[in-house]
Amino acid sequence: MGQVSLPEQRHETRLDRYLDLYAQRTKGLKASAVRSLFAVANRPEVVSLAGGMPNIGGLPLDQVADEAADLIRRRGPEVLQYGGAQGELPLREQICQVMALEGVQAGPDDVVVSCGSQQALDLITRTFIEPGDVILAEAPSYVGALNTFQSYQAQVVHVAMDQDGLQPEALRQAALSCRASGRRVKFCYTIPNFNNPTGLTQSLERRRRLLEVAAEVDLLLIEDNPYGLLSLDHDPLPALRSFDQERVVYLGSFSKTFAPGLRVGWAVAPHPIKDKLVLAQEAATLCPPVFSQCLVSAYLAGWDWRGQVDRFRQEYRARRAAMLQGLEEHMPEGTTWTRPGGGFFVWLTLPEGLDSQSLLATAVTNRVAYVPGTGFYADGLGTRNIRLSYCFPTPQQIYEGTRRLGEVLTEALDLARTFGLTAPSARPGLPPADQSPTSLPPAPNEV
Amino acid sequence: MSHPIVVLAGGLSHEREVSLLSGRRVADALRACGHEVVEADIHAGLIRQLAELDQPVILPVLHGGAGEDGALREVFELLGLPYVGSPAAACRLTFDKALATPVVARAGVATPDRVALPHDMFRELGATAIVDLIGRRLGLPLFVKPSASGSSLGCQRVDDLKDLPAAMVGAYSYGRVAVVERFVSGVEVAVAVVDTEAGPKAYPPVEIRPESGVYDYESRYTAGATSFLAPADLPPEIIQRCVETALTAHQTLSLRDISRIDLIVDAAGVPYFLEGNVAPGMTETSTVPLAIEAAGESFGQVLADLVRRAQARLG
Repeated sequence: MGQVSLPEQRHETRLDRYLDLYAQRTKGLKASAVRSLFAVANRPEVVSLAGGMPNIGGLPLDQVADEAADLIRRRGPEVLQYGGAQGELPLREQICQVMALEGVQAGPDDVVVSCGSQQALDLITRTFIEPGDVILAEAPSYVGALNTFQSYQAQVVHVAMDQDGLQPEALRQAALSCRASGRRVKFCYTIPNFNNPTGLTQSLERRRRLLEVAAEVDLLLIEDNPYGLLSLDHDPLPALRSFDQERVVYLGSFSKTFAPGLRVGWAVAPHPIKDKLVLAQEAATLCPPVFSQCLVSAYLAGWDWRGQVDRFRQEYRARRAAMLQGLEEHMPEGTTWTRPGGGFFVWLTLPEGLDSQSLLATAVTNRVAYVPGTGFYADGLGTRNIRLSYCFPTPQQIYEGTRRLGEVLTEALDLARTFGLTAPSARPGLPPADQSPTSLPPAPNEV
Repeated sequence: MSHPIVVLAGGLSHEREVSLLSGRRVADALRACGHEVVEADIHAGLIRQLAELDQPVILPVLHGGAGEDGALREVFELLGLPYVGSPAAACRLTFDKALATPVVARAGVATPDRVALPHDMFRELGATAIVDLIGRRLGLPLFVKPSASGSSLGCQRVDDLKDLPAAMVGAYSYGRVAVVERFVSGVEVAVAVVDTEAGPKAYPPVEIRPESGVYDYESRYTAGATSFLAPADLPPEIIQRCVETALTAHQTLSLRDISRIDLIVDAAGVPYFLEGNVAPGMTETSTVPLAIEAAGESFGQVLADLVRRAQARLG
């Protein structure tokens, strides 16, 4: 048998020579088995009900191409140059017209343009949050927001929702109990329309009540509204910001109504906050991309963009119908799901004993992908939940995806029963309104 | 070398992302040695793509599924194309831990006490009775893993028998057979074995020290999450024992060209065979490239030598 020759020196490595240089806040940035499965989900053989990519195939691409070429030809030196940190004035004026559709009265000086509303969220978080500060957020909430909050070492305390959205009394209790324990609550983050991931929408009455509670406990609200104009059953409800201009920072986006690749979003804030955001934007990027802003502006001015949004809505209605029909026909007994009035997502609650994270591997083997619910909670809930998106695949693919998912869940439920794992568990996601008004505060290093 | 090397990476297995990372590193290493490299994924046009190349040599870096269970290698044989790595039958055997471990054990290598069970068995005979039997037969702690999977996906340590059912279900997410073995506590090492003109050569074992205490997916693929020592911080005679164990496993399983043998060395200095890998990881955080470079050799040159051997096999 071979004799090994040993080098004279032992080589010890952690394979990252910069390890001691990284900031503490990067500690949570790790490889993830769940995330790695999405590499398979992107293959054409797999029906991906995972991603939240808008279906922009219906955009007037020739028109957009002409606008882009024309912009460069006529105004190249201007649109390819740096711009102001607050964003281009004509676009800010148009943004005000867009927001008026949801009742928001604002002037261009109230608006800060950002690289997608995601960057506006980042600017807000960096402006308000010091490590350990508390952010109240719906349970469950948008994973991209939770990641941003984590990157600034905020502690997220979840607040329960019901079919009408965020629960006002739960919000009050969460704010008061955090403060009573000496923690600083900086703001409450909410997606009132077609919440990502649940698809649930705050009713009009609920919006009024939430603002009353926010006033009573002196709480700033961050209203994230990427899906408001994608209401599929009725006209959009008035935004929270339309009721209160001092207590609400509003985030909007052209990613769902036009083109996410252009990365144009915005924030509307009370002036002291707006001034900070402009300075923060200057520090972060100098300015949002001028060319993208001008192209959005040209699109809004030169195209029937509202008609285009109506066509998007029509397509999303067909996709939502395919998903709801597929779920109705294929889900095993004990599975429940939301019925969104708009937006992109349906939120499933699985029968007892099923774990959406470990089942993702089986699902991918069966050529269907989804997002496990745990990503939408900062505190470990969501193991029995799944987010399904109906925005991108065709209705036929969506229906087929639900069929494949139904097979996976039925088989898994049978296995769970075999192992006696179907006894009621203590922590399902999205509890009914009369239970668990707030989640337990997470430990400081948990976000 | 005038013929292109096709680095095959990606595929449809759960380890697609890892495979793409491995493929990129392998391709870069070969290009740095001056070779013409074509990077390819598994897709319906692959056979046509291979046919259009001038006598390619295939270097599969596909982890999991068809990349490791021998299926693709059968296709290479059908195509009459040279490829680096173990033949199909050896892959089939090695990729299935339920089959490979007893074979290695029969060659005199220490292996953890274990049982391999398809999920149907629990349905037919009742889970409670079998779980109790496992507890009585193997004791605690236990380690549960899918019989055919990699990158620690679906693996879990079980310290309390009441947690075994959930761990079993987790393993079944990755395949229909799960292996439950007695957990062996000790020093975890990986041994790279490469065939040379003089026979199989084992590189000094690499010791794996995950910061979290568990060498799971996060610890494997997050740079900085695990410390590696090459060679392992073990007495020379134990290192020699690890090397001999790895070579025995490589030969007993009829592995060819390159493999990685995972072992755990218990307190008495006995190396236990955990698994063999026919398509070991080649990422920035993988142990095979690390072992080769720690031994003062060029990773790209070692791969190039294997490509040359594969070509020579087909004359």
